[in-house]
Amino acid sequence: MTSGESVTVPAPDRKRPHRLAVMLRSQMRNIAPFLTLICLFGFFAAASPSFATLDNLGNILTQISVTGIIAVGLTFVILCAEIDLSIAAIANVTGIAVAYFTLQESYVNIANVPMPGWAAILLALALCALLGLVNAFGLTVIGIPSFIMTLAMMQIAAGISALLVRGQIAYKVPPLVTTLGSTSIGGIPWIVIVAALMLLGGHLVLTYTRFGRYVYMVGGNREAAEYSGLNVKLILGSVMVISAVCAGIGGMLGVAHFGSAQQNEFDTYLLDSIAAVVVGGTSLFGGRGGIGNTIVGLFVLGVLNNGLDHVNIDSFLKILIRGLILLAALVINVYAQRLRERTAE
Amino acid sequence: MPAGVRPILELQEITKAFGGVEALRGVDFALSPGEIHGLVGENGAGKSTLMKIIAGVHSDFSGRFILDGRETRFRSVRDAHAAGIAMVHQELSVAPDLSVAENVFLGNQPTNRFGFVQWRRMAREAGEQLKRFGIDVDPMSRLGDLPIGLQQLIEIARVLFSGARIIILDEPTSALSPPEVERLFATLKRLRDEGTSIVFISHFIEDILRVSDVVTVFRNGRKVAETRAADTNKPALIEAMIGHGREALEETYTHDIMLPPPGEKPVVLNASGLSLARSLRDVSFDVRAGEVLGIYGFMGCGQLELARILFGKLKPDQGSLAIAGKQKAFRSTAGARRAGIAFVPESRRDMLFHQEPVYKNISISVLDRISSLLLKPSREREIASRQVEQLRIRPAAVDLDLGMLSGGNQQKVALAKWLSYPPRLLVLCEPTRGMDVGAKDDVIHIVRDLRAKGLAVIVLSTEPETVLSLADRIIVLKRGAVVREFSNERISKDRLLEAA
Repeated sequence: MTSGESVTVPAPDRKRPHRLAVMLRSQMRNIAPFLTLICLFGFFAAASPSFATLDNLGNILTQISVTGIIAVGLTFVILCAEIDLSIAAIANVTGIAVAYFTLQESYVNIANVPMPGWAAILLALALCALLGLVNAFGLTVIGIPSFIMTLAMMQIAAGISALLVRGQIAYKVPPLVTTLGSTSIGGIPWIVIVAALMLLGGHLVLTYTRFGRYVYMVGGNREAAEYSGLNVKLILGSVMVISAVCAGIGGMLGVAHFGSAQQNEFDTYLLDSIAAVVVGGTSLFGGRGGIGNTIVGLFVLGVLNNGLDHVNIDSFLKILIRGLILLAALVINVYAQRLRERTAE
Repeated sequence: MPAGVRPILELQEITKAFGGVEALRGVDFALSPGEIHGLVGENGAGKSTLMKIIAGVHSDFSGRFILDGRETRFRSVRDAHAAGIAMVHQELSVAPDLSVAENVFLGNQPTNRFGFVQWRRMAREAGEQLKRFGIDVDPMSRLGDLPIGLQQLIEIARVLFSGARIIILDEPTSALSPPEVERLFATLKRLRDEGTSIVFISHFIEDILRVSDVVTVFRNGRKVAETRAADTNKPALIEAMIGHGREALEETYTHDIMLPPPGEKPVVLNASGLSLARSLRDVSFDVRAGEVLGIYGFMGCGQLELARILFGKLKPDQGSLAIAGKQKAFRSTAGARRAGIAFVPESRRDMLFHQEPVYKNISISVLDRISSLLLKPSREREIASRQVEQLRIRPAAVDLDLGMLSGGNQQKVALAKWLSYPPRLLVLCEPTRGMDVGAKDDVIHIVRDLRAKGLAVIVLSTEPETVLSLADRIIVLKRGAVVREFSNERISKDRLLEAA
C-alpha cells in the first residue's frame, strides 16, 4: 500500500486487524487449495509409511506431468472465462498423428506415412494448432459458445484419431519424443522437466507479459476490455490455440510415456485437467487465479490419486472419492468468489 | 408530518466500512409513515450505502435497526421484501427477455390454486397498473424491445405497485424525460397520501425540493442536516452538501448562453449517412480539433448506438466514418483505439475492472505504448499516479482495488485511462451522470482542458445541463435522426428541450 492512502483512511492503526481479515478473505481462493493439499499430504503420510518417501514423490511428479502440460493451456482458457472440452481429444489425436508419421514395426497394421522425426513432430504440432484455430474461429468469428464448440471439436478430434489408427495400436514415435516422454536425466524424468518448464513458461507469460495482462482483463470483465480498445476476439482466439498446442505437446509426450498410441487413451485427462485448474482455485468466472493455482491443483489431484493407491482403497471407491473432492473444490471456488465480491463491494 | 408520530423505521448509530474505508459513520435516520424523504449528498457521501442497509443488501454493519418499534436485522434482500421494503437501484435491473407483465409481477406472479400462473389476469392487472402510471404498452410485449427510459419506468412501477410500505428510489429520474418525471412525482405523492413511506435519492435538488416532505443531507459518511423541505432552499442544501459556499458551481442554464462560431481547425471526424436498423437514420456530422460537440436527445434516441459505431463496437448498416479525411471501417474496438479514438460508455460497470487495482484500470488502454512484450508495472503506477493526482481521484492509492472507490471516483478512473496518451477524438457518454456538483465541475474542467489541447470531443447525454455546460456546438437526435443543430447562436435549456 502506498503512503498516500494513510492520509484518507482514518486511524490506520485501529484498522489493522480488520485489514488482515480482509486480505485473508480476498486470498481465500489461494489459501484454501493449499490447505487442502497439506491436509491430504498429512493424512496419507500418516496412513501409509510408503507414501512420504522421495521415491514416491518422484512417482507423483511423473504421474501429474502429462496433466500438467495440458493444464497449462487450459489455465489460459479458464482465466478468460471460457472452457475447452477438446483438450483430451486433441492430445490423443496429436499423439496418434506423431506415431502415424513415424515408421512402425512391421507387425503394426496401420497404413501410415513414415517421415523423418522432425517432420513428424512439426506435422503433429501443426495439426493441434490447426484444431485450436478451428476452435478459435468457431468461438470468435461464428460466435459459438466455447462449451459447445469444443464439445464438437472433441468429437472431430476423436474421429480423426479413429481414422488414423482404425482400432490398431502404434508404438513408435520420433526419437526426440521418446527421449522427452520416457527417459530420465540425472534421475529426473524428462517429462517432469518439460512439464515444469511449460508451467514456468505459462506463469511468466501470464504474469509478466502484456498478453498475460490482457488475458486477466478479458476474463475479469470482457465488456470493459472491449471498451478499453482491446482486441478481445484475438485474445480469446489465442488462448484457444495455446490450449490446443499445450494439449498436443502433452499428447505426444504422453504417447511416448505410455509406450503406445491408441484410441481413447487420454479420456481421463479431460476431467483431470479441468479439475487441476479449478481445484487449484482459478475462477471459472474468469480473471482470477493462475499457473500457481494450477500447480497446487495438480498436486492435490496427484497426491489424492497416488495416496489412495497407498492406503489400498477399493478402486471403485476411489472414483467416488475423487468426485467428492472435486465437488468440495468447486464449492470452495464459488464461495471464495462470493467472499471476494463482498469484500470489494 | 405532525411531530410525535412514531417512525416506521429508525436507524441509530449506523457505521459501515468497506475494506477499511468507512462509508457511514454513526448515522441516525428515521422515516415516518406517509412521508417522502429526500436524500442528497455528493458521490460517496453514504446515501446509497445507507439505503442498501435498509433494503437488506448489506447485512454486516454496526448500529441499531428498528422497524415498527422493534429492533431487527435483515440478513438478505428477501428479509427486507418480507418486511415490506423495496428498492429501485441506480442501475437498471430488469429481465429484458420476459414480457412487460412478467417484469411487473417478477417474484409474485398471480397463480391459481394449482400453482399455475394466471397469464390473462397478470397481463390485465399489469396493463391497468401501468396505465395508472401513464404508461400505455402492450403488457405481453418483450421488455427488452422497449426504449431504455420506458424500461426504467416499468421497473419503478414494479416496485411502486409491489405493495411495499417502504419504497427506496435511488436516482430514479436520471434517465427519464420531463413528462415522465412529472408522472412519477404524481404517483409518488399519491402513494404517500395512501400511507407509503418513500425515500428519494437524487442529484437534482429541484426534484428533491419539489417532491419531498423532509430532506436529509449527507456529507462524507455523516448526516449533516435534516430539515423540512418547505424550510430550506437549493443554495442552503448545496452548502450543506459541499460544506462551503460552492453553490455557484451548479449552473441551471435557464438563461441564454452563447455558442461560439465554428472554428477553422481541421475536421477530425466526419460521419456521413450513418444508419443502423431501427436506431439511427442517416446521421451526418463532423467534429473539429479543439471543439466539443454535444449530442443531445432523450433516452432511446439512438445516442448509445451512435457512440458504439464511433468506437467500432457496432457496424453501421449504411454510412461511413472518416478520420482526418481518411475513410475508416473499424472491425473492432481495437481498430478504433489505434485510430486515436477514446470511448467512455455510460455505465461504469461496462468500463472498469472492479477486482483489479486502480493502476491496472488506468494503464489498460495504453499498455501497448509503454510495453511491447513485458509489462512495466512501475511505469504503469507512475502513469496512474499522475492521472490520479491530475483528476483528483480519492483515495489517491493506485494499488487499491477499484471496487473500493466511490462511484464518482470510478467514473474519473474511466476517463483517466485515456488521458496518459491523449487520443485525437474522445467520445463521452453521459460523462456526469450520477455525479455530485464537485465531481461534475472536475469533469467539466478536464474536458475544457482537453479541448484547449486540441482534442476533438463528442459528449452524448440525455441531461441538458451536461451538454450545455460542455459543448461548443450541439446537435439534437430524435428517434435516430438529427433534428436540429445549434451553432453560433444563443441557446438555453428550454430551447434545447423544445428541439428534442
